This record gives sequence, C-alpha cells and structure tokens, in this order.
Amino acid sequence: MTAGQGIGARLLRKEDDRYMRGRGQYVGDIRLPGMQEVAFLRSPLAHARIRAIQIPAGIRDRVFIAEDLSGVAPIRADTSLPGFKSSVQPALATGKVRHVGELIAMCVAPTRAEAEDLVAEIDVDFEPLPAVHDMLAARQPGAPLVHEHWGDNLYLTTAIDVDFEAAVAKAAKSVTRELRTARQAMCPLEGRGVIASWNTRLDQLIVTSSTQQPHIVRTGLAECLGLDEGRVRVVAPDVGGGFGYKGILLPEEVALSWATRKLGVPLRWLEDRRENLIAGADCREHHYILTAYADADGRLLALDCEATVDSGAYSAYPFSACLEAGQIGSILPGLYDFPHYRCRTHSVATNKPPILPYRGVARTGVCFALEVTLDALARELGIEPKDLRFKSLVRPEQMPFDNIAKRHFDSGDYPEALRQAIEEIGFAEVRERQRRAEPDGRRIGIGFAMYAEQAGHGTSVYAAWGIPFVPGYEQCQARFTPDGGLELRIGAHSHGQGLETTLSQVAHSILGVPHERIKLVHGDTAETPYSTGTWGSRCMIMSGGAVAAACDELADRILRIAAGLLQARREDVRIEGGDVVGPSGRMAVAEVARTWYRRPQDLPGDLNPGGLELTGGYKAKRDTGTFSYATHAAVVAVDPETGEVEILDYAIVEDGGVLVNPMIVDGQVYGGVAQGIGTALYEEMRYDGQGQPLASTLSDYILPGPTEVPDVRILHMETPSPYTRFGQKGIGEGGAIAPPAAITNAINDALKDLGAELLVSPITPRRIVEAIGSARQRAAAA
Amino acid sequence: MKPAPFDYLRPQTVEEAVRLLATTPDAKVLAGGQTLGPMLNLRLAQPAVLVDIGRIAELAAVTDDKDAVMIGATVTHAAIEDGRTPDPTGGFLPQVARGIAYRAVRTRGTIGGSLAHADPAADWLSALTALGAEIAIAGVRSSRRVPLSAFVRGAMETELGADELITGIRIRKLSSRARFGYHKICRKTGEFAEAIGVVVDDPERAYFCAVAGATGGRPLVMETRAAPGSGSVTVEDARQLLKGAHFTGDDYELTLHAAALHRAYQRAYAA
Repeated sequence: MTAGQGIGARLLRKEDDRYMRGRGQYVGDIRLPGMQEVAFLRSPLAHARIRAIQIPAGIRDRVFIAEDLSGVAPIRADTSLPGFKSSVQPALATGKVRHVGELIAMCVAPTRAEAEDLVAEIDVDFEPLPAVHDMLAARQPGAPLVHEHWGDNLYLTTAIDVDFEAAVAKAAKSVTRELRTARQAMCPLEGRGVIASWNTRLDQLIVTSSTQQPHIVRTGLAECLGLDEGRVRVVAPDVGGGFGYKGILLPEEVALSWATRKLGVPLRWLEDRRENLIAGADCREHHYILTAYADADGRLLALDCEATVDSGAYSAYPFSACLEAGQIGSILPGLYDFPHYRCRTHSVATNKPPILPYRGVARTGVCFALEVTLDALARELGIEPKDLRFKSLVRPEQMPFDNIAKRHFDSGDYPEALRQAIEEIGFAEVRERQRRAEPDGRRIGIGFAMYAEQAGHGTSVYAAWGIPFVPGYEQCQARFTPDGGLELRIGAHSHGQGLETTLSQVAHSILGVPHERIKLVHGDTAETPYSTGTWGSRCMIMSGGAVAAACDELADRILRIAAGLLQARREDVRIEGGDVVGPSGRMAVAEVARTWYRRPQDLPGDLNPGGLELTGGYKAKRDTGTFSYATHAAVVAVDPETGEVEILDYAIVEDGGVLVNPMIVDGQVYGGVAQGIGTALYEEMRYDGQGQPLASTLSDYILPGPTEVPDVRILHMETPSPYTRFGQKGIGEGGAIAPPAAITNAINDALKDLGAELLVSPITPRRIVEAIGSARQRAAAA
Repeated sequence: MKPAPFDYLRPQTVEEAVRLLATTPDAKVLAGGQTLGPMLNLRLAQPAVLVDIGRIAELAAVTDDKDAVMIGATVTHAAIEDGRTPDPTGGFLPQVARGIAYRAVRTRGTIGGSLAHADPAADWLSALTALGAEIAIAGVRSSRRVPLSAFVRGAMETELGADELITGIRIRKLSSRARFGYHKICRKTGEFAEAIGVVVDDPERAYFCAVAGATGGRPLVMETRAAPGSGSVTVEDARQLLKGAHFTGDDYELTLHAAALHRAYQRAYAA
C-alpha cells in the first residue's frame, strides 16, 4: 500500500485534466462520416387526438411518424406491485398525445437547422381534449382521463398502517399541514444526446447516448426493436451531469435506432434547452396532507399522511411511474423512532412529462413535508424544534435499527449530527441576534433539517418492486497489462461522480499500482460487465466493492507468482508500496505482471491458468442499503416587505461512513446543496389551464447561480457501515435532500412572530409577501 | 433550436446601413445580439435579412460637447461598466451597467440595442429615462433627436421606423452636487428586473426625476417634480406616487415597486 493515495485520500480528480482543458468528449463532440441530424416535431398540446398528419410529398422521405416505425414495440415500464396500471408509451405518438413535448414526427437533414425547417413544414390536425395537469384535480371523479381504459388517473395507490388508530387517543398535541412541492426540470449542463448507427460488418446497432445506464438502455432497445441483445451496443461517452435525467430509455433512442437502420446513415439528436424544459420537466412534484402527533412529553407519537405524486403521462423505463410515491411510505418516518403510523400514497397520471427520479428521489419532498411539519409541531408545543428532534431521534445504541416502516438503518449517531450542527451554526448566537432587531428591517431565522439517504440498496428491495430490472451482483473485470498497468472495467458509468479517481483509489489501496497506471474503462456495453448503472448513490458501494473483490483476487494471483519467483511461501509475501515483499527480497508488482505475460518460461508451476485477468463480483453483506445521514442548518434573512430571502449561513454535519475521497464527497455535497437551494427558492415549472408549460428558457425557469449559493461548511462524521467492503456508504444525493426543508424552517422561524408560515416550495418572494399579508388579515379578523 | 434561414449584410457606415434598411424588405438590425440571438434561435424572430451594425466605427464613438455626452449606439454595457467611456453622470451609468445581466452579456450587449428592444424590465430604459436622455436617430431622409420618454411607446414598442437606426444616446452632464439612487429587485443576480426605482436629483441644474421601471409598459415618470427633503419619502408615499402615475398591477407588484422606489430615494439621499 502506498500511504496517502488510497482510500481516504483527498486525491485530485484524474478526469479533471481533460474536463478542465475542454478535452472531454460528449455526444455533441462526436461526428461520424455521413451523419445526419434529427429534429423532432413535438406536441404543442397537452392532450389531443391526432386526426391527421400532413407531410408535403417533397419531404416525405425525410420525415418519419408512428406508422412508419414497423416492428417497433412501445416502451413499457410496469411494476409488479398489486394494482399497478400499465401505460404504453410509443416512441412516436399514435392516436393521441398526452403531454406537451411528446414526440410526433422525426425529421432528418444534414444540419439541425434544416431538420427544424422540415419540422415547420408538417401540419398536424389535432382534436384538442380537456387536459388534466393538476394531480389533485386528476384524482377527482369526472377528471379527463390520460389513459381512457383505466377508468381513473391512478397508476397505483399504496397504504401502510402500523397501529395508527391507537395513537389518536394517546396524543397530547397534533398539527396538520398541507404541503406542496413544485414540478421541476432537471437541468444538467449537457442535455440528452443520441447518435445511432448500424455497423454492417458486425450487423449491430451502435447507440452512443448521454446515459447513466448503458446496459439498461441496451436491454430496453433490444426489447423495443425486437433485436437480440448481442446485436445492440450502447456507448456512453463523457456525460455532463445526469441526476436521474439520464436514467431512462428514451423514445428518441428508440426512434433513431430504428431510423439509422432504415436510412443506412448515422443519425444524431442533441436535446436543446427548450426541449429539456418543455418535454423534460419531470420531477419532484408532491402534495402532502400530514398530521404529526406528540405525547405530553413532546415525543413524536405518530404520523398520518396522505401523499400524492404527479407521475405524468407515462411510466418511464426503467424506474416506473411509482418510484417516488411508492417509496414515500417507507421514507417518511425519517430518522425518528415512534410507535404509530399511517401513510397512503397515490401515483397520479396527468398530461405532463413522465416523472423521473431526481437526485434524492422522493426524499427531498418527504424531508420537506416531515421536517417542516415537525417544526410546526414544535411551535405548537412551545418548544425548540431541535429539542423535539432530540426526544425522538433513533439513538446510537439502537443501531442497527429497524424503523416503523421496516427500513433497516445500518449505523450512525443521529443526535450527535444534530448536536454538532447546533454548535457549528452558532444556534445560541442566532437566537440572541434575533432578539435584537436588524437595522435594515429584515428578519432572521434559523432552521434545521435531517434525513437519511438509503444507498446501494439491492435485490431484496427491488425484487419487491418488480420494475424492469432488479440489481443483483456487481462485477469488475480487472487485468494487468504486460507492462504492469492495471485496467478496471465496470458497467456503471460516471457522469460527474469522479469514479475514475475513487475506484483507482480502491485498487491502489489493494495493489499499490500507481494511479497514473490505473485505467478505468466504463460506459460501453461491449467492453464492460453488465450493470444496472449509476443511480441510487450505489457506485462507491457496488462498483467499489466489485473493484475491491477483483483486486483482492488479482493480489492473490500476483502473490502466488511472486512467491515462486522470490522462492518464498505464499503466506510469507505481501504487497507493500507497489512491491511484493518477501522474507529475502522484493520485486515490483509490475515486474510480476511482465513476467506473467512476457517471460512465462520463468514462472513457477501450479499457478491459476486464468492469469492476471479476471472478473470479481460483489454484493453487500446485507443488500437493504447503507444509510448515510446529515443535519443541515440554515440561517436566513427575510425581507418582509419584498419577500427577498438571503441565506446568511449554511452548515452541514454529514456521515457517509468511511469516505473514499473526502474532497469528492464535499464536491458532491456542494453540488447537491445548490440543487436543493433551487428546489427551495427558485425552480418551478408552472402550467396554464390548458397544461401548457409556462417556462421554455432559463430566463423563465430560474436556476440558482453562483451568487445564490452561499459558502457551505461541511463537517464529517465517519461511522462505518457494517455491511460494505470498506465501511463506505453512498452519499451522492444527500446534498439535494435537506435544503428545502432547512431553508423553509429557517424562513418560518424568521416569520413566526408575524404568524406567517410557508408550506409550498419554491418559496418565492411573492409567496412570502402574500403569506405575511394573509397572516395580517387573519390577525385583524381575530 | 436553430434559426430559420436568413441573409446577412454588414454595412461599414451609418449611411449605408439606413439605405440597406430602407431598401431591404423584412430586415432586422443586429447589434450585440444578446436578445436577437436567442430570438432567432427560438424562431420567435424570422427576418429575411440581418443588417449587422457591429463594424460601423461611428456608432462605437463617444463624443463630449461640454453640456452633454453622446454615447454611440454600439457601446457595450461592459465599456460603460469599466469606465472606458466618458461618464457624464459621475458614477451613475457604471453603477447601472454593473447590474445588467451577466458579464458575458455585458461584453457584447449594447446600449442602443437595449433601447431599441425596449424591454420594460431592461435597466437602461428606466435609468436613462430618469436622466432625461435623448435618442439620436438616423434615417435615409433625415436625422432626429427624440427624448427617451417619448421614444418608448410601450412594452417593446418604440418610435423607431423600420428604416431607421439609433445612432447614439445624448445624456446631459450631472453636476458634482447631483444625487442619484437606483434600486432593482430581481429574482437573482443577472435576471430581468421585477421592479426598478430610479431617482435623479441635480439641484445645480434644478433637475429632478423619479421613475418606476419594469412595470410591464413604458417607464413611469412620477408626477413629483420637486426634490424631497432627505429621507422624507416613505414607502406609503411611494405607493401613492405610483398610484398617481397610474401604476397597474396587483397588490404584490405595487408593494414591490413601492419598495424599489422607496429604496432608490433612500440611496439617493443616504449620507
């Protein structure tokens, strides 16, 4: 082992050399000979029947509609959960369009501008239908039906009840809150992009796509196109951000794949920001009616929740329409230990884009609903919100802990994470400052929010879901090259996580190979083992575990060879600082590799003939996932006159288990917090009465910029997970989970003397001013 | 989105530019392109011809005629922000320029282009109205000067004819005793304004003007002509001024504009 460069090192990211020099290669950078560009005609209406599509004869051979796509099956992402209603999503609309931005026709031309010229020549005769774009309206009897044969607009309803009725009689206090989070669009810097080509020599479809899940896309494409999987290769080059937006089989991928074979030329489609915002506003929209009960001691006694999630028009492949609502019941209890619980959830179909899991997947909305309601309960009880939490948090001596919804918390000290956050944010000083009025008339508030982030959960969790894939074992193919370099091949893909660095650190810890000699190969189904891909903060656990398993086995083979060469026994040699060290000598690991490949005549007998190339596999000792957790603490200043909010301070105490690269973890948390601030204060896709999205550029859809994101202080606790290879936990999403709750709690703390309370995200200046206005009116009427 | 096809012309002089505008149907002037560029890409604008005035040297010039400074139409926001042009206002113009959009936009965006577009939420429209600036316009037949307050008819509507070109903005010099306050409320740094308040008070020239901008139409010039005593304009006064200027908007918008105007007053008269 080389000290200081393995697990735990703040190693600079290897991939940043090409990223920072502009030498990355994205779909938009790739040009193939003869390649044509694609533009799509998308539905301008939220809900309509297509009566006819008029295409001028002169361009008919460059325009494709549903009836042209012979032999193409629609996309279906069913779950096996009882009562789930299935949606059928054609690559190009057939008969009916169900959301603005749905694909109707594909136009092919030498340039994108010319392809858009073709789009402008197509005339569609629509019969407009009443659109349902509000999830609560969609649940009402008589609402327009997105899928007529269902008879309603419900993909799925779930229910959990743990002795709830008994709670009501025992409760000393309760509060009920109605909360709502806006529909958002994920906005990775790089949008989606696809190149499809047909290799006639291999008789194989090659799809280059900006995706998080090349192997899942391969399976999905093979199913839709009726091809053997061996005739489909999916390549993910550099991917400029994913966040869940690229964890999907795209109708665009299906359409281009069909057309490239038909036309015999490579085809490329690059999503632009307008398509991203209009057709891709696909996440985060939740509604809650939540009641929290406390006993006379201020301990949390029960939660009772009715949650609705706007799942949009189709069930997206592979995660399905129910991934968010279906998890709410099990996430809602948060980090708390309480005896009574009831939760019903509804996944509702509307005339909006299909919901996708966005960083934090359901947890951001759940954390907002729970933590904001707990603060309201504390105000009702007349106690500090932090004290309410201390009374009910799962305690470290209870670990591992099975919570009321049967989630298995692996390890941690939740009260300590709150204690440290209180200290770091200077709670007492903020309370003191609040007692003095601000000279500029603003009001100061402080808020906390806590959550757990389940990560790397596997077979047992997803088998119960029955979505199109269930993650099982994860593999890494590892091999030494003849000159002593190390190649690692994994099926997951990095879209910013820094896997080229962190997995190199894992391998380096075991084999001591210098980082510049370790190469990660990923993002190509032809070159990597199968994997369900990069999602659920799973890579450091699963790919990290697989790399370690492969490197352990390689180390054993290296040591057996070296022992023979050093004339020592296997048990007397070890790897140290890139060398194999024995009782009477040492030799470089690279030299052992060179001997294996280049001078086999020197090898001892009785070796594994598989050599220095192998596949290692991994699954956590327990596959219900790791639970990293954090406390976020925010201090805000609210201008009660204009509703403007400034984040004065933000501190995080986070426990992600053993950190493989703390610098990368910090980067993940910072980025997540920026997105969380967007959810809290800025991002909202609004719709008019006809289901038309009201933002189509980034001047209407407001993302936080550098000046809106404060300096964030991160403190780490490192409680190892008992179930993973190095005690590591997944931490990729947590930063985005708590900011809406923490910031809302801080705003509500600032406004509590005015009687105003904000329960809708994003908290816009208008919502603040109006909440203060209605509080004044209530006070005047009382 | 990519633009629909268009032709591209690049005149070298103002005379040539206005002649092209007069003789080319469906032509559109391209200056910094910071608004027109996105509109072309979104196909919201589909002109047959773009007349690029970016290479016309006389439009980038700034001239000082003792009483006033004429800023050429294609001078960029960044040039004003950086003090690379003579400033007739003793610091007001750079302060406003610094708050326009983002630096990348300021590097290319021009003062004349902003006024020609006449987006009510744009900074120059309100700030220059409060300064009593005049717009210099060239046409094939004649040239003219129009006060900015008369130049703007409404949201994105101006006096500018299809065959005319803004050549410059004439701003009278403020005295050293002048006070000014500018307050913009927007959702985040660089966004278009939700409300703008501007106050310019030059006792030496007996000039006073208070303006509410980003109102959805042309900037509203407040009825009051006199400079108030320091700090004597309250938020409620600002509300009344806005109502007197026929402000239209809901209660929240009125509140926001009153706050912007009030804070502009506070800044102008801060010690």
